[in-house]
Amino acid sequence: MLERVKRKWYYSVIVSLLVLLIVIPFDWFPGHYTTIMVLIGINTMVTVGLCLLLGYTGQVSLGHAAFYGIGAYFSAVLSKTYHLNPWLAMLIAAIATGAFAYVIGYPIFRLKGNYLAVATLALGVIVYILFGKLAPGGPDGIAGIPNLSIGGFAFDTWFKRYFLVWGFCLVVLLISQNIVNSRSGRALRAIHGSEAAAESIGINVDRFKVKIFVLSCVYASLAGSLLAHSMAHISPSSFDPMVSVIVVVMAVMGGLASIWGAVFGAGIVVMLKHELLLGFGELEIIIYGLILMLVMIFMPEGLFVWLKSSYVKLKELYIRWRLGQIRRGAET
Amino acid sequence: MSADQFVQYFISGLTMGSIYAIVGLGFTIIYAVTRIINFAQGEFVMLGGMLSFYLIKSAGIPLAPALILSVLITVVIGAIMYLLAIRTARHASVVSLIIITIGAAVFFRGIAGEIFPWGVDIVRPPYFTGSQSIAFLGAYVHPQAFWIIGTTVVVMILLHLFLTYTMVGKALKACAISPVSASMVGINPRTMALIAFTLAAALGGISGVVMAPLTLMSYSSGFMLGLKGFVAASIGGFKSPVATVIGGFTLGIVESLAVGIDWGPFTSAYKDVIAMTVLLLILLIRSGRLAEEERMS
Amino acid sequence: MKKYLMWALTLTLVLSLLAIGGIGCEEEGEEEPTPTPEVTATPVKEAYKVGAILDLSGPCSNLGIPEERTAEMMADQVNAAGGINGHPLEVIIYDTEGDSTKSVTLVTKLIEEDEVLAIIGPSRSGSSGAVIDTVTTSEIPIVSLAAARSIVVPVEERYWVFKTPQTEYEIIPEIYTYLQSADITDVAIISDTGGFGVAGRTLCNDLADDYGITIVDDQTFADADTSMISQMTHIKGENPQAVVCWSTDKGSAIVAQDMKTLQMDDVLLFMSHGVANKAFVQAGGEAVEGVIIPAGKLLAADEVPADDPQKEVLVSYRDDYEAIYGAGSIDTFGGHCYDGLSWVIMALEEMPEGLTLADARAFIRDAIEDMGTFIGTGGVYNITAEDHLGLGTGNVYMYEIVNGEWVWFK
Repeated sequence: MLERVKRKWYYSVIVSLLVLLIVIPFDWFPGHYTTIMVLIGINTMVTVGLCLLLGYTGQVSLGHAAFYGIGAYFSAVLSKTYHLNPWLAMLIAAIATGAFAYVIGYPIFRLKGNYLAVATLALGVIVYILFGKLAPGGPDGIAGIPNLSIGGFAFDTWFKRYFLVWGFCLVVLLISQNIVNSRSGRALRAIHGSEAAAESIGINVDRFKVKIFVLSCVYASLAGSLLAHSMAHISPSSFDPMVSVIVVVMAVMGGLASIWGAVFGAGIVVMLKHELLLGFGELEIIIYGLILMLVMIFMPEGLFVWLKSSYVKLKELYIRWRLGQIRRGAET
Repeated sequence: MSADQFVQYFISGLTMGSIYAIVGLGFTIIYAVTRIINFAQGEFVMLGGMLSFYLIKSAGIPLAPALILSVLITVVIGAIMYLLAIRTARHASVVSLIIITIGAAVFFRGIAGEIFPWGVDIVRPPYFTGSQSIAFLGAYVHPQAFWIIGTTVVVMILLHLFLTYTMVGKALKACAISPVSASMVGINPRTMALIAFTLAAALGGISGVVMAPLTLMSYSSGFMLGLKGFVAASIGGFKSPVATVIGGFTLGIVESLAVGIDWGPFTSAYKDVIAMTVLLLILLIRSGRLAEEERMS
Repeated sequence: MKKYLMWALTLTLVLSLLAIGGIGCEEEGEEEPTPTPEVTATPVKEAYKVGAILDLSGPCSNLGIPEERTAEMMADQVNAAGGINGHPLEVIIYDTEGDSTKSVTLVTKLIEEDEVLAIIGPSRSGSSGAVIDTVTTSEIPIVSLAAARSIVVPVEERYWVFKTPQTEYEIIPEIYTYLQSADITDVAIISDTGGFGVAGRTLCNDLADDYGITIVDDQTFADADTSMISQMTHIKGENPQAVVCWSTDKGSAIVAQDMKTLQMDDVLLFMSHGVANKAFVQAGGEAVEGVIIPAGKLLAADEVPADDPQKEVLVSYRDDYEAIYGAGSIDTFGGHCYDGLSWVIMALEEMPEGLTLADARAFIRDAIEDMGTFIGTGGVYNITAEDHLGLGTGNVYMYEIVNGEWVWFK
């Protein structure tokens, strides 16, 4: 019975998410919601990568903004300065980021736990400083990055970008869901449980970790490219060390135990920052800090798991009530 | 680089290194006992510095009592933070607890920007013993720099003695090595965690009041100070106070000498990149041993 | 249960703390709309809405706060005087946190949801650059309060964008002219690695030859740096006659302090207009005595000669501002907002009734561009279709800090 409730929950989340996604850009909501939804989509893509890494292999990265930024900068420079087709620029950016992640992956994943966090943080700081020093535009960044377009159809409004970004985002979510449910997913969970045990049943632990790391970096790179082509302007401050921390916050807030949690994590953090707290002026960051703490104290496994368990609890209550009713009906 | 300049760079590195080290000590204690990376550690430093300015300038309290009071208030804030935010989240995983400390950091920053009468401006509490620099081995040193270096060394020694020779210190150490076995011999890990947070807040407060006259302070200084302290603690391996201080000194001296060498990328423009690369190299060289340690714990 | 109790306790604690602090940000926010019904006994016309996106928190909040205060003060003044042609003025203020992505969503919100007529801000160059694309496609005028010249150049691509603050192009020539007249040739530069510092550093290097100046050393520091002793030791080794420091409050104050520590007493120290505020002098203390800073005339409004065209506006803005926020609280950042919002108000005064939103926005843009000469706190502006800043030379004074006061230097 409980199994069925849980499975139904899973489908109802996906269905309601799809319905929401299709409904939101239309007339019911003011125009800037599409802008915020685009940002949520982009952030979700970065967060999903981190969920795979942190939630399924137990490896933390405090430097994801670096890969997010490398994608954005490659896309921006190639398409603006060298007039490459933006799609091609995006592809090259993803390949370059993946290659970079692969090269540094092996040495860096010899580190574990906290030391891995420190190393990725250092990497993030280095890349961030180099953006300001070596990349065109310096600290002020690059403006006038061209839009993505298919044939003559340019993604030049937020409404159009919305479908582009969420298209990408859903593909990324589905790929990740497949990985998690596949053989590799089980291997990843085994690594999370115990590396020694995983090793002993013939899983090449290092290779799996690096593979997932590369995949999550490619996600981040794609997200960065989408950001660059949507915003038309990027600057190093969008990829500073604090952004890496915020990505971890999104992943944990949503719930590490599920790929779909990323949508909730990115959703709540972006919404808080860009919309929900706007009326509070200078009190904004105080309330933001309070909410971060409260969510983690009362929903330590994240929003998604909390919603899920509340749903299951409610459903159980309902079923019990119905059963009672039926029983009473039978008695009378 | 002349000999005089070398001494100057070295002492400058020691000063910065002391700042990083004393901030790093707070990270080390909390991490060792609870495995939490306390992102609010930098905010303790900020609060210490800002409170000392407030008490001296706005409340008119004399220097020494104001400094002690600032540290005490920071300690109380640290203890409250642990009791309200960390302890109540009993079933949370370590990573959730880390997010709570991030939330607390943002919260403290926001409060500091709101309650102090000067709002978001930078402030400087008075120097402890004037500002006339002292000639020392051909270099000039600010008196406050001596205070900073001295405080760091004294705090390190006291902390070392505390951990080695007192009952509570030994209990903290036992908890750091193995919480499970520690609780088996009757040590309450949650009491130890409270002590760790209180100590860390005290260290943050002390470093804040000592450095603020030289480094200046604003409500948003905490994050970057925390980041450098965190790096110092990780060079030291999150182990003993002595290792953390050595880590801090290493970071400060590398940064300072990177400015002095002035060859190729070794200029002030790339000093942070160099410092971070050194950190990465240290971690990678030690990676074999570090992996072993992680497995043990 | 205990958990909830504890949290309720903190909440009360925090709220009472805030109340004691006397900040009461919410109250300020709520007060705003109340004067409107009192003033206009005649039928209330629809309010003119202007948006402002400012750095109220984050690294540049010391810019954003005086800008916010100025905007609120001006809106109150306009409404107390019966509004603009009977329309109350409503300024909608949002906090960018210094984040360029958030600036973009806020601009979109102002344009599409709040339907404002014009936008003031952002406070920083990076965020200003980020919103240019959005305001251009949405066709709404924006007056940026950030320093970088690239915000209004090239002007063909900045049809909707104006700005009020001086750039390094107005300031550095003043410093170099002075150095030339004082026969100083060996100069060292120290700057931060942010957008402001890099822009100043680049121009300092570019212009040096024109003024016969040799740059003997060029050092930088990062935001997080707690000491500049290393950089200053390096500079000291090159024996400059003067040091130009291009950064904001904190870094600049530490540079001055560390120069004193190293006993570089015979070296002149010049700083940017980024430190032209009271907090810098207060925090700098004795270390910043003797520092020379070129900035707008606002800081020494009393010393400005009576025949200066700016005299009246400088004194009246300063008096109004300090009457509310305390003596000595004036700084040039609030002045930038004063100038920008004044342009918009002037345009609104000329605007005919009954325009559609798009027409009204276009009208305001054209009105600002055709405004002619405008006398503001930052200087005498002369905006044209080719120049969306419109500041020439002669709007900048050199100040020396003497006994914690801004003293007119020449």
